[in-house]
Amino acid sequence: MIKVEGLTRAYGSFIAVDDITFECKPGTVTGFLGPNGAGKTTTMRVMVGLTPPTHGDVTIGGLHYKDIPNPGRHVGVLLDASAQHAGRTGREVLEIGARTMGLPGTRVDEMLDLVSLDARESTRRVRNYSLGMRQRLGIAHALLGEPTVLILDEPANGLDPAGIRWMRGLLQGYADQGGTVFLSSHLLHEVEQIADEMILIGNGRIVARGTRDELLRDATGGVSTTLVTALDNHQLAEALTDKGIVVHPAGEGLRVTAEPVDVGRVAAERQIVLTDLRAGHEGGLEDLFLELTAETQRDVLPNEVTANEVTASEATASEVRA
Amino acid sequence: MSAAAVPVPAVLDIAGTPGIPFGRLFGVELRKSVDTRAGRWLIGITIAAVLVAETIFLIVSAVKNLDSSYGDFVAGAAFVSSFLLPILGIMLVSSEWSQRTAMTTFTLEPRRMRVVMAKMLAGVAMTAFVIAFALVIGLLGNLLFAAIQGQSPAWTFGWTGFTGFLVTQTFAMVGGFALACLLLNTPAAIVVYVVYKYVLPGLIALGSLMTWFSHLAPWIDFQAAQNELYDMPLTSAQWWHLVVSGLIWLALPLLIGLWRIRRAEVK
Amino acid sequence: MSATTAPATLDVSHTPTVPFGRLVAVELRKLADTRAGRWLLIAIAGLTLLVLIIQLSVVLGQDLHPKYIDFLQGMNTPMGILLPVLGVLTVTSEWSQRTAMVTFTLEPSRVRVIAAKFVSILLISVAALVIGVLLGALANALYGALSGHTVVWGNPAKFAFYYLLLYIFGMATGFAFGALFLNSPAGIVIYFVYSFVLPTIFGIAAALMTWFESLQPWIDFNNDQGGLIDATITGKDWAQLAVSGIIWLVVPMAIGIWRIRRAEVK
Repeated sequence: MIKVEGLTRAYGSFIAVDDITFECKPGTVTGFLGPNGAGKTTTMRVMVGLTPPTHGDVTIGGLHYKDIPNPGRHVGVLLDASAQHAGRTGREVLEIGARTMGLPGTRVDEMLDLVSLDARESTRRVRNYSLGMRQRLGIAHALLGEPTVLILDEPANGLDPAGIRWMRGLLQGYADQGGTVFLSSHLLHEVEQIADEMILIGNGRIVARGTRDELLRDATGGVSTTLVTALDNHQLAEALTDKGIVVHPAGEGLRVTAEPVDVGRVAAERQIVLTDLRAGHEGGLEDLFLELTAETQRDVLPNEVTANEVTASEATASEVRA
Repeated sequence: MSAAAVPVPAVLDIAGTPGIPFGRLFGVELRKSVDTRAGRWLIGITIAAVLVAETIFLIVSAVKNLDSSYGDFVAGAAFVSSFLLPILGIMLVSSEWSQRTAMTTFTLEPRRMRVVMAKMLAGVAMTAFVIAFALVIGLLGNLLFAAIQGQSPAWTFGWTGFTGFLVTQTFAMVGGFALACLLLNTPAAIVVYVVYKYVLPGLIALGSLMTWFSHLAPWIDFQAAQNELYDMPLTSAQWWHLVVSGLIWLALPLLIGLWRIRRAEVK
Repeated sequence: MSATTAPATLDVSHTPTVPFGRLVAVELRKLADTRAGRWLLIAIAGLTLLVLIIQLSVVLGQDLHPKYIDFLQGMNTPMGILLPVLGVLTVTSEWSQRTAMVTFTLEPSRVRVIAAKFVSILLISVAALVIGVLLGALANALYGALSGHTVVWGNPAKFAFYYLLLYIFGMATGFAFGALFLNSPAGIVIYFVYSFVLPTIFGIAAALMTWFESLQPWIDFNNDQGGLIDATITGKDWAQLAVSGIIWLVVPMAIGIWRIRRAEVK
């Protein structure tokens, strides 16, 4: 549905987006991942005609954005929720959008309802909105024209945990009904749970792409890992090592180079009580993400701590959050 | 995940969605010009200023027993509105940039020139409203004045004065609009407009002390050329002065500005 | 976090408050480090130079007999219009660009920040004066050299003092309007209404009504500054200048500062 072909955008000698090509299929959610300044926003701006490309082409449903009549009815766009007139009320912002698209005024109420902005909030000026409220307003604006394609730049930005969960459900439902969703994020765990396909971008180039499982396979080189915590980690480590399975300490537990089922079997045999057992994918994906985008990463990871340890604890944290 | 969904063709079905009609864009732009506090204040101040100017003029005319006619009343209103209408023209364009709403506006209607034209027409509509308001208030002022004086009202104004009023006020608004398109920045456009309106005439007058420049001046002095419109009919030379100076101060900035908006990366 | 128990109070003994001089330096830098600020400064310089060149070529071509103060007067037109805009923007850009949030968290004493801003525009006024006086002198000397006429200097020290007051009044009035409205377009528009529309209305009213004619000098700050421009100001004029200055400069400034002190910074 969205087709990006050989897209390049240069600002003088600085190349923001460097010859990228990809496609988003209907009925899927495509996640666009990369660290700050990787070129995500520029790509999305080119998609909707706000930034002219230096080379290459983007079409949505076979058309250039500017050739889509009444584009708000086909493509829902949220690029920067702060880019609204501070002196307008939230309701007025939607009202203007609805009028431009030729929609009945009732649609505004439906949307306000959908994003949980109540009557009092909707009559306040955007100046007084919190970041999360602006984000909700932006999502409402993107959904206003019942589009079949959604292009959302960091839609979870500033949303509270409940809001993030709500949005995931919303986008999933959208894709299930045949819609095409393209969303960007710099947080892996925000995207991996809903994205059917992920595109990783760093320094303006696509560094990896595929489904979650495909990426994982690449990340771990086909070797599966398991994160496990037992009441007695020491005992478990010994038992596993006896079976010839490689074990490393990771956070409060162990990182094991084996399938969870094998680890569970060993624990059952030896009657070791486990408090946590899961596939070590998250770490693998996070590692891959950090590794692939390392050149553009702004922060250098501390050398003393191995990447595995860092990501293992982060994976736990994200688990808790989810 | 969602692979089970009905296969959807990877093309947009645009058969059911005609392009946004121009009238709708115009309506939206008109609404946008008054739905913020800044917009409402500007219109409010313009109306209030016209009222105050007319009232003062009425009182003074009555007290001093002046020989005021309808044209004088309208001129009083025009003096005030000719300052504020260009500001209106500027704000119509530049607020989209300063508030960054251009991003939304141009994603909903990517044909940017249509949006700008709708804006300009909204500006013209508001100018027409201000003009109509000034004419009505002038009319009331003149009637009141006649009633106070106990004589029949003088309607010296006529068609030529009306044309001049209409054209100069519209030009004033469009002039501000053009500068805003050119600069895409509210304070800068206002400052340049004020320099144009108040510094330039002085410079032209100063320069006109030199003979060679005094011959050139009528061709570049758009404000002086517009003043002639109040004394119709114009000679053909006067028409040409108006056209040439108008090209310089109105058409040129507008064209460059439109070209800029067309190509600008909207941030 | 760490095991060592730290006292639950901030140790502020080694961080003296931000010195005022540093605040002024920062504010001065802020005037010129954005494109808007730089363009305004460039515009002021360019327009002033343009006026001077036109004036010089006219007086030479027409064989006129200008004095030093005539050149100062010529330059005052662009300076008098654009310096106040700089004054307005000094205050309002913090609000329109929302940098006030940063500025007032780094220095919570808002009055000190405002004072630093005000001192920075005073310094700009002095700079404008120095440039203006020197350019005017250069123009006058050039005129003398090229025309062969005797050059009239008048009382340069007095002129310099009067024009310094003019520039300060202009910028400070803009500053006051900016503080009053905390919004760039509104501040600029109202300032221009005050400096271009109001004088005409005052003039007409004074011409028609005698009682207003005697009142006008006490309330027309624009007009009263005319005495500084042509250096004809005398005893009673100073009193009138002070009174009208209180109305158009001190009162808006006071209200504006009061507003900034209390305003919720968004």
